[in-house]
Amino acid sequence: MAERLAVKKTYKLYVGGKFPRSESGRSFQVTDSKGRFLANAAWASRKDARDAVAAARKAFPGWSAATAYNRGQVLYRVAEVMEGRYAQFVDEVSAGEGVTRAKAERLVGEAIDRWVWYAGWTDKIAQVVGSSNPVAGPYFDFSVPEPTGVVAVLAPQGSSLLGLVSTLAPVLAGGNTAVLTASYERPLPAITLGEVLATSDVPGGVVNILTGKLSDTAPWLAAHMDVNAIDLAGAAGDSAHARELELAATDNLKRVVRAPEAEPDWTAEPDLERITAFLETKTVWHPVGI
Amino acid sequence: MTVLPTFDTDLSDITSTEASLRRFLHGLPGVDQVGAEARAASLATRSIKTTAKQFAIDLAISMIDLTTLEGQDTEGKVRALCAKALRPDPTDRDVPRVAAICVYPDLVGVAKQALAGSTVKVASVATGFPSGRTSLAVKEADTRDAVAAGADEVDMVIDRGAFLAGRYGQVFDEIVAVKQAAQPAHLKVILETGELSTYDNVRRASWLAMLAGADFIKTSTGKVAPAATLPVTLTMLEAVRDFREVTGRQVGVKPAGGIRTTKDAIKYLVLVNETTGSDWLDPDWFRIGASSLLNDLLMQRQRMATGRYAGPDYFTID
Repeated sequence: MAERLAVKKTYKLYVGGKFPRSESGRSFQVTDSKGRFLANAAWASRKDARDAVAAARKAFPGWSAATAYNRGQVLYRVAEVMEGRYAQFVDEVSAGEGVTRAKAERLVGEAIDRWVWYAGWTDKIAQVVGSSNPVAGPYFDFSVPEPTGVVAVLAPQGSSLLGLVSTLAPVLAGGNTAVLTASYERPLPAITLGEVLATSDVPGGVVNILTGKLSDTAPWLAAHMDVNAIDLAGAAGDSAHARELELAATDNLKRVVRAPEAEPDWTAEPDLERITAFLETKTVWHPVGI
Repeated sequence: MTVLPTFDTDLSDITSTEASLRRFLHGLPGVDQVGAEARAASLATRSIKTTAKQFAIDLAISMIDLTTLEGQDTEGKVRALCAKALRPDPTDRDVPRVAAICVYPDLVGVAKQALAGSTVKVASVATGFPSGRTSLAVKEADTRDAVAAGADEVDMVIDRGAFLAGRYGQVFDEIVAVKQAAQPAHLKVILETGELSTYDNVRRASWLAMLAGADFIKTSTGKVAPAATLPVTLTMLEAVRDFREVTGRQVGVKPAGGIRTTKDAIKYLVLVNETTGSDWLDPDWFRIGASSLLNDLLMQRQRMATGRYAGPDYFTID
């Protein structure tokens, strides 16, 4: 029998629950850490970013109004489907990041665990950061966290799955919708995560994934008046670019999670910081005795 | 130009009896459905960018009949809409005013007061909008009410039941009567093309309305899907073009309903320019009935002025 010819993939974007080609019609080659061809990926343009924001905005009322318990269930289901794609994630992480299979298995396992960890926080975060406030008056006064809105997430360039999960999951757990730009050189785990999301219970538009050069989409997302917050994790190590993005984000007073000097160690224990970064506090003064 | 059957240019011959009217309307050449759809689709692919787009956005804003036709409309809402008509984007004085406000008859007075002294017209729907299923006496009274309250333009609906049953004379007489009752206001005749089924019917209804004295022909009420579509508007534009060729009288066109984005609006402007020529590229001869379209035009306008994408949070909800 003749040797089988491998089917090389040309991936598309994930926007509004569908997999459209880039409006630009362009794609780029994804290679492994040694420069060998892996697949073609879509090269997103600013118009793809615009469409992704529109999709995220459309999905926001539904996702933010879902009960915290329901959001937790939906996110947990994502972890289940990720588990089914375990081997594929391991292949992609090991090829893209150039780590051993054993290391890749640890990273993927940790990424899935982290997704579950954030899924668990959906219906607990309000108890931790919300409060019933003692006030000097006949009022029942309480503060509750609410999602910020549409969040642009520039996923880390180096850690293609664990870093991705560590920046995306907290945004979703708080009830925000996300426009995510994947790592330029290592987009495959993000693309696979898109396929996972499409086949789990996450409503279309809650997560939108763009692949391609950060410089083609990030400035437009940072300046977009309908984006409420931006996580600059993917611009780590490029302080000039990060500064430009921060300046662009000032127009509508976006919440900004600043880019670190260098990419952090994503295997470190997570905390609540990335969840609370995308929450707003609403305080209600309710008269008592009426 | 559509090749029309030869007829005596004395229109009173055509409209003198129901039989001659039917003979004329059924003598109009059929609309090539595939051709009309292909033509509309091909014109919709035109790429309008930079300065042309800026021009188109401002022109589209100035052509809007800013509409609110909900059962839940209040005086406050109409006043808010009028404020928006006068200054669509409070942060930018260069934005043109819209052409008109379109409301139900009972709110005409409120709109008139809010727009006093401006060039923005007040249009009122009438004649038992949106179904038109009332007696002629009620339709006339409805129209007179609106005009007495100060309406500059009256948007009437035709009796689609009578039209589809072939009672063209009845439809004709009703338009003539309403036109009489609407004096001195301009009369727009709503064909409700979504209920007319075929392009042939759209062409016939367009001619019927123009023969009866319509100043404008309008596609839809906005209450029936499909509302305005490009091929239907193309058919109507051809009708007004041919009508002017034959009679010398120019009639306006107003697509309404379902036009929500800047891209949609620009497609219509291209269609007008390519079908009737620039004579109709004027708020006096082409209007767009819409409500949410205005915000999208303003967002596109701001995007071109500032270089960043605009968000709906920064524009009024009407």
